[in-house]
Amino acid sequence: MEHYLSLFVKAIFVENLALAFFLGMCTFLAVSKNVKTAVGLGAAVIVIQTITVPMNNIIFQHVLKEGSLSMLGIDFGLEYLGLICYIGTIAAMVQILEMTLDRFFPTLYNQLGIFLPLITVNCAILGGTLFMVERDYNFAESVTYGVGSGVGWAMAIVALAGIREKMKYSNVPDGLKGLGITFITVGLMALAFMSFSGIKL
Amino acid sequence: MAEAKTKDVLFNPVLKNNPIALQILGICSALAVTTKMETAITMAIAVILVTAVSSASISLIRNFIPSSIRIIVQMTIIASMVILVDQVLQAFMPDISRQLSVFVGLIITNCIVMGRAEGFAMKNGPKMSFLDGVGNGLGYGLILIVVALFRELFGSGKLFGVELLANVKNGGWYQPNGLMLLAPSAFFLIGLFIWGLRTMYPDQVEQEG
Repeated sequence: MEHYLSLFVKAIFVENLALAFFLGMCTFLAVSKNVKTAVGLGAAVIVIQTITVPMNNIIFQHVLKEGSLSMLGIDFGLEYLGLICYIGTIAAMVQILEMTLDRFFPTLYNQLGIFLPLITVNCAILGGTLFMVERDYNFAESVTYGVGSGVGWAMAIVALAGIREKMKYSNVPDGLKGLGITFITVGLMALAFMSFSGIKL
Repeated sequence: MAEAKTKDVLFNPVLKNNPIALQILGICSALAVTTKMETAITMAIAVILVTAVSSASISLIRNFIPSSIRIIVQMTIIASMVILVDQVLQAFMPDISRQLSVFVGLIITNCIVMGRAEGFAMKNGPKMSFLDGVGNGLGYGLILIVVALFRELFGSGKLFGVELLANVKNGGWYQPNGLMLLAPSAFFLIGLFIWGLRTMYPDQVEQEG
């Protein structure tokens, strides 16, 4: 149990996908102009991450990994097909989630609506899966890691959106306005998050 | 006229319309692989190849793709290209492949590739799309290489693994700045790079801030 708890905390703070691995930066910078949309996107990422990382874990452990199909007489690994399978799974899951929400939770769907398709090309989602594969997590670990990394990412984008809202009141040099100062802000946030990096759990 | 346009397509994205600095595309992988020149250049070449070839092939079949499933079709083409690059890297440059770890795979979700496929290749012929892909890849590569140059030079006093600033540990004078090798410095450097670029081209300044 402690193992999973520490994995969870590690995925949120120490190995924060956005601030330590720079994943999902494009959406991270583009959709962080105000807190409300950031919360929506963050929630969508948590949900998708929680579903896709374990799904891809099943695919990886039981279909693609070397030896997993030995009962069918296939004794070589299919890892090289990995990327195409994972991105397919992610795209499909996003599509299914979109349709389910549209049918059963229309209010939630309207809130998340525009962000869902964007998530397919969010590197944080594919990145989470690829880290899971690289570290060879088992199923329970992958669930923990999926939830944790999603929460970490959501937290980072909400925090950044909060800072950017306050930025309105400051006088930024012309060339730095907008994207430039956002980068520097994210840099400072990453610096703050690095204080977690010494923690061994 | 036709020639001028070809040149524009190829070189505009490098400085004037840089995919990272102006379009906020493809930043994710740009930051993580820039601690060393070696990995940055490998990554730049990989992205140029993938963008150019996938743009060209998507453009070739653009009239046969039903628009409702175009994203999946684009994804599949891009993913196949990336797998190819990944396999080649693993086979011929195992060390670099290990350092780049998941980031080669992440070229699939690199918004530059998707963005060019969706924004340019779906509307233009294969030759132009190929050049557009190369141009955007170069623009991306330029930032990567500039950032890597600073990070490797000041972070470890080396370029391409060759020691340029004599390290204190080996009896030299240069105390390496460890921060340069860590995540935040990449953000600062890109922020400053954007600042420089926008001072050069003042029309890129975002007014609303």
